[in-house]
Amino acid sequence: MEITNYVVLAAVLFAIGATTVLLRRNAIVVFMGVELMLNATNLAFVTFARLHGDLTGQVLAFFVMVVAAAEVVVGLAIIVTIFRTRRSASVDDVNLLKG
Amino acid sequence: MNDVIGLAPWLIGFPLIGAAVLLLGGRATDRWGHWLGVLASGAAAVVGFILLFRMIGTPAEERAVDHSLGTWLSAGGLDVDLGLRLDPLSMTFVVLVTFVGTLIHIYSVAYMDHDVDRRRFFAYLNLFVAAMLTLVLADSYLLLFVGWEGVGVASYLLIGFWDTGRPTARENAVAAKKAFVMNRVGDMGLIAAMAILFATVGSVGFADVLPAAGGLSEGTATAVGLCLLLAACGKSAQFPLQAWLGDAMAGPTPVSALIHAATMVTAGVYLMVRSGPILEAAPTAQLVVVVVGAVTLLFGAVVGTAKDDIKKALAASTMSQIGYMMLAAGLGPAGYAFAIFHLLTHGFFKAGLFLGAGAVMHAMGDQTDMRRFGGLSRFLPITWITMGLGWLAILGIPPFSGYWSKDGIIEAAFIPVDGQPWRAWVFGTVAVVGAAITAFYMTRLFFMTFGGRRPRWTENQHPHEGSPLMWWPLVFLGVGSAGLGLVLGIGGTFTTWLEPVVGHAEHHEPVLPVPVIIGATLVLVLLGAALAFRMYAVQLVPEEAPRGSFLTRAARRDLYQDAANETLVVLPAHGIARLVQVGDRDVVDRGWGVLPLAVSWFGAMFRKVQTGYVRSYAAGMAGGVLVIALVAWLVVRLGAGLGGAQ
Amino acid sequence: MFPWLTVLIAWPLVGAAVVGLSALVRRRTGPAGGGTGLARPLALVFSLVEVGLLVGAFLAFDTGAADEHQLGTTASWIPQIGTSYAVAVDGVGLLLVALSVVLVPLVLLAAWREQGHDEVRLRRFVALVLLLEAFMVAVFSARDVFLFYVLFEAMLIPAYFLIGGFGQGPGRRRAAVKFLMFSLGGGLIMLAAVIALYFLAVSNGVDPSRAFLVDELVAVDLGTTAERLMFVGFFIAFAIKAPMVPVHSWLPDVAGNATPGTSTLLICVLDKVGTFGMLTLCLPLFPEASRWAAPFVIALAVISVLYGAVMAIMQTDLLRLVGWTSVSHFGFIILGIFTFTPLGTAGSSFMMLNHGLATGALFLVAGFLVSRHPERSQKIAAYSGLRSTTPVLAGTFLVAGLATLSLPGLATFASEIMVLIGAFGGEPAGSAAWTLAAVPGVVLAAVYVLLTYQKIFTGAPAAGLETLPDLRVRERVVAAPLVAGLLVLGFVPSLALTYVNAPAEQSVAAVTAVDVPADAAAQMGSDK
Repeated sequence: MEITNYVVLAAVLFAIGATTVLLRRNAIVVFMGVELMLNATNLAFVTFARLHGDLTGQVLAFFVMVVAAAEVVVGLAIIVTIFRTRRSASVDDVNLLKG
Repeated sequence: MNDVIGLAPWLIGFPLIGAAVLLLGGRATDRWGHWLGVLASGAAAVVGFILLFRMIGTPAEERAVDHSLGTWLSAGGLDVDLGLRLDPLSMTFVVLVTFVGTLIHIYSVAYMDHDVDRRRFFAYLNLFVAAMLTLVLADSYLLLFVGWEGVGVASYLLIGFWDTGRPTARENAVAAKKAFVMNRVGDMGLIAAMAILFATVGSVGFADVLPAAGGLSEGTATAVGLCLLLAACGKSAQFPLQAWLGDAMAGPTPVSALIHAATMVTAGVYLMVRSGPILEAAPTAQLVVVVVGAVTLLFGAVVGTAKDDIKKALAASTMSQIGYMMLAAGLGPAGYAFAIFHLLTHGFFKAGLFLGAGAVMHAMGDQTDMRRFGGLSRFLPITWITMGLGWLAILGIPPFSGYWSKDGIIEAAFIPVDGQPWRAWVFGTVAVVGAAITAFYMTRLFFMTFGGRRPRWTENQHPHEGSPLMWWPLVFLGVGSAGLGLVLGIGGTFTTWLEPVVGHAEHHEPVLPVPVIIGATLVLVLLGAALAFRMYAVQLVPEEAPRGSFLTRAARRDLYQDAANETLVVLPAHGIARLVQVGDRDVVDRGWGVLPLAVSWFGAMFRKVQTGYVRSYAAGMAGGVLVIALVAWLVVRLGAGLGGAQ
Repeated sequence: MFPWLTVLIAWPLVGAAVVGLSALVRRRTGPAGGGTGLARPLALVFSLVEVGLLVGAFLAFDTGAADEHQLGTTASWIPQIGTSYAVAVDGVGLLLVALSVVLVPLVLLAAWREQGHDEVRLRRFVALVLLLEAFMVAVFSARDVFLFYVLFEAMLIPAYFLIGGFGQGPGRRRAAVKFLMFSLGGGLIMLAAVIALYFLAVSNGVDPSRAFLVDELVAVDLGTTAERLMFVGFFIAFAIKAPMVPVHSWLPDVAGNATPGTSTLLICVLDKVGTFGMLTLCLPLFPEASRWAAPFVIALAVISVLYGAVMAIMQTDLLRLVGWTSVSHFGFIILGIFTFTPLGTAGSSFMMLNHGLATGALFLVAGFLVSRHPERSQKIAAYSGLRSTTPVLAGTFLVAGLATLSLPGLATFASEIMVLIGAFGGEPAGSAAWTLAAVPGVVLAAVYVLLTYQKIFTGAPAAGLETLPDLRVRERVVAAPLVAGLLVLGFVPSLALTYVNAPAEQSVAAVTAVDVPADAAAQMGSDK
């Protein structure tokens, strides 16, 4: 088992996810980017768990999945609400935090 | 002496209680308040005379008594008692203040009859008497200063007595403030003198300071002497702090008589004589005292010749006469006795002249312009005669009071000091010339008021003598003006009386024989009087003042003293004050304002980062993580590199 | 030993709490007749009982040992960082406690009708005043540097709300913020010095659980540089509070915008923390640094004297003018403290009390005057010729003004002359010259007082002011104790000097002892 392959794959997936989050305006797509990043880390966790023969990484991956599921529930609800009030799912239209 | 010494505090106590009752009692005391005032002053006079007679009955060397009522202020090495010093010098003042003061209280009952605030007037008069007695009875400079400021504030309150409800109300108030502030300028001197004395002698009590004066270095003594002179100049309206006295005539006339002629303004002379040992240790300071006296003497006399306002003419005369006293006070022991003697006789005849002027004003509906008087001798005979006595006294015609005292000063001025005959010639001449000018302006005043072929009154005036309450004090003062000098002067009684305090004066010969001095003075005085008689009694007095020569115009405007003060002091001071004000607003306040400005500028800068776009925050986070990772990696690499090097 | 000071601190706190809770009582019993609630009378009763307690404290105080700190309590507060609740007063502290306690009921009474009829507002106002009273008493008696610092900052809270929330000028919010910023700025610098002091004390072997106690810190040798730095930290905080030129900018704004009652508490009492701190913390804790800085401090003090007086003369606003006069007077106080003479220091201590009485009287009487104007104008030019309409008001104003210019017979004279005579012989370089330079301050004082009196009270009455009412009974009750106090202390200054002489000599001795070699100092001690 070549560790490098797995880690590189995780890194590539994470980079794709991060780029998606930073560059896309559509909230749904941004959300998908976030999911991609989470799963990239999951892949890394599982890889290292296997490498060390230790279950800690796998347990953490489960936690991440649970959190991701919760996040999807809350996040999609927010996006839907924003879409209803603003008629748009673009993240750039939501700039109330501007100082 | 010791059996009656317990009475001494009541000298101050009676008038102080009177003032307190009248001020706190308010309107409830309106009906009888003026009589309480008279009673308080009269009681002090009775105590004063009891003490005086006991003192006369005591042997000369036992006459000076210090009486302490306990500690007043004690801190950090400064111990000041509530102590009274009774000696011939202070007793002279006590009698002058209480006796003349009581006469003026009585006079004021009638003079202020129609004033709704008569009670307040008497409260202030009593306050003044208490403060003045504190001044002269104090046994330390600090307690003297209490009285010194006390008379200042009483003077302030009385000059500005009519400060509302009259057309001239604001001017009166301004005059009062001017007097107080100029007095305060002088007071700085007394404060500084006390500071120097405490630093060098360790005390401000007369009993410690005066015997130690001889041991002071000449520099210290000169500094103290000049500081004291500054104080005296303020209080006694001596050059260059003379400008307030003329304006102070805004007060009711009894005030001018009591405070600004007989007593308070002479306090500076008292201070000089009391501090004699310090001045004697400082010949330079003495010379300055004499110069100040001589300058003021001429200054007042010249101003007096041009004034048409009877009170202002008398004020100028007061200034000039105090100049004589100041001159004498600077001459050392030879002059002290005559300074005080002249102060005493002047207290009587000038108070009489002022009260007479008050009687004239009372009769003429508060008119003060002498060009509107004339021919009053028939209508105001008592005033005419008593003022006539005062006139003869101030001229120095023998045997009236002024002759005995003023002649003594002129003779003393002709005595060379330290073998410097030029001083004798200069100051002697000034004194004689001053006497001649005095004769001129007083004769002018007297004849413009009482003489003249036709009255120059305004419409519907019916002059008549006031009530007996007004003219009896005039009679007393007139008698004093006539006879006091003779009684005390003949055989040097007064000089002997003061000797325990001021010391015995070595007899020195004047640069001219005494009969020549007396003769020359008399001739000049008569010439001055004759000139004035010719101009103002024989010739007609124009109702409008003629334009006059340059000197007349200058004298009419007090030799431009106000303009000089304005240009030399007020304007620069105001400029500095404006500068400070602008500086405070634009430099100090704005300067501190820069700090919050800087903070909000930084805030504005960093605010721009908060775009509100979630993606930019995310980019920031990602960038931050990258930077941290990079740094961490570099540190690890560097650490490994270093470790490898070792 | 009865803990007088703790009781004096706790009682106004209880008062503030009771006033706050009085809202509940009202709700149950229903609206009372006046509609303004119980807050004012309750607060007045509490403050008067406090005066009674003060009398007890005075009786318990041993004047024979006025230089020792008495009536106190010491208890551990936060042992982990070594702070203690330590309160005790010497004579000077006691007089300042007395000043605070006496002025509070007068201020409450003076402000009786000032805050309108809104019950909630009134309740907040009096509760804040009582809270401030507790802090003021505590800060003058704190003997633990940390406790002092906490109180020094805590006082700002009620003061801030009293200025910003209950002031009467249009710029009150801004003035409150300015006051807070200046005070906090100084406080932070002081905090740094306090912490440094603690660590230096601990490293010098002081028991860490007692390392904030002043009595422990006095003996610590801090080392020249550290001592000077810490002195500067404390001094800047105190100079801002005092206030001293050039860190005075907050004061005129506060004086012009706060109510006269607030200004009285703030400028006449609270600001004394500055000069009090210089006297009781800077001098004993940093004697060498005090001597090092003295020539500079004296110069600034004298500049304050003249600067404040000149600015007062130039003011057009009556209350700002009174504020500026305080800058001038604080200059005198600091001059007396930093010339290190028993006479000058005693004079300064005495002056802290007198300035409170005189300026308090002036602020409150000026407030009475302003409250009579139809538009509540503070402009001097809005008034004229009031002496005949309101003679008692004019007389009281004049007495307060004469006290401000230090007229003999009034207490302020004794203290000012003590400062001047004492400071002239001071040890720091230039004492004599700077003292002489301060003397013209007495002339300027005459100008600003009498010029103001002349403009407001003399001449023809201004239009619309011909029928102003004279001082009411309530207002006379406020003015009378202050005037009486000034007169009594003026005629019998020894009443107060008994309390300040010994502390003054002790603090001067502490400062002047440092440069003398150790064996010589011991010899001098044995001679006594």
